[in-house]
Amino acid sequence: MIPETAAKPNPIEQFELSRWWVNEIYGVDVSFTNASLFMLLAALGVVLLMVIATSRSAVVPGRFQALAEMMYEFVAATVRQTAGKEGMKFFPFVFTLFTFILISNLIGLVPYTYSVTSQIVVTFAFAALVITLVILYGLFKHGLGFLKLFVPHGVPLPVLVVLVPIEIISFLSRPVSLSVRLFANILAGHITLAVFGGFVLLLTGAGVWAALAPVPLFAIVALYALELLVACLQAFVFAVLTCVYLNDAIHPGH
Amino acid sequence: MATEMQLIGAGLAAIGTGAAAIGVGLIFGNFVNGALRNPSAAAGQFTNAIIGAALAEGLGIFAFLIAILLYLK
Repeated sequence: MIPETAAKPNPIEQFELSRWWVNEIYGVDVSFTNASLFMLLAALGVVLLMVIATSRSAVVPGRFQALAEMMYEFVAATVRQTAGKEGMKFFPFVFTLFTFILISNLIGLVPYTYSVTSQIVVTFAFAALVITLVILYGLFKHGLGFLKLFVPHGVPLPVLVVLVPIEIISFLSRPVSLSVRLFANILAGHITLAVFGGFVLLLTGAGVWAALAPVPLFAIVALYALELLVACLQAFVFAVLTCVYLNDAIHPGH
Repeated sequence: MATEMQLIGAGLAAIGTGAAAIGVGLIFGNFVNGALRNPSAAAGQFTNAIIGAALAEGLGIFAFLIAILLYLK
């Protein structure tokens, strides 16, 4: 039996924002929070990695240079494959998104840190940026021809009446699904880790059943490996979907 | 604290995550199936498999989100 007074493990606690430097400009809350700190750390991590990697560039790359070159070539191949040659002008944008999301996901996996991408406001800001860029670039490049995106080629008129609203809805739901996918994956992973940590705590306090406590402990190790995969995969998925949406802006019309 | 009906609703919404798991399993199962038949074409289609998995997973994630929202309400 667990006494009622014992502190119950709370898996949601890790996502709480704490305002470290309360600040308000014209009624808008711009306090410096723990999330802000870890966002700065992630940005700093990306910059540091790239600076270290390129400071002593050699023909035979060192460890950091090899890592940076692998990431560069990986993202470049993805952009070229999904958005075509013309998409390469967006490569710096996609690379920035990919590295920032990857580094902040990985930082979030270190115990007692804050994972920035588990906040929907952060991921929605990214998704809104991507969709705004897609719409602006599409209108800038093709004018009203961009609207051909919603009218599939070679479809009879009666079907179009149904299809065009569906296409419009699917386009409008893109920023939502893009942001929610990243945020919910990271959130779910961290909650699962915390819940299994709670199992260990509960079992150690449960008399004879304490013998079973190592079971969830080993489960955490396995889940942690899975989360490491998810952290990398979600950064990749975000980058790929950004390329797919940019491809729509570059070549509208199916 | 959540009422009973909210908890039932959260449980029902969580079924959707299992359905998404079936979808992702189908995508990767078929990808491996095709990759074993024609290994030389597998590398080029890996990105497509990931995109399909991400889209299928997205709907399961929506269901999870609804479940969490109902549970924490």
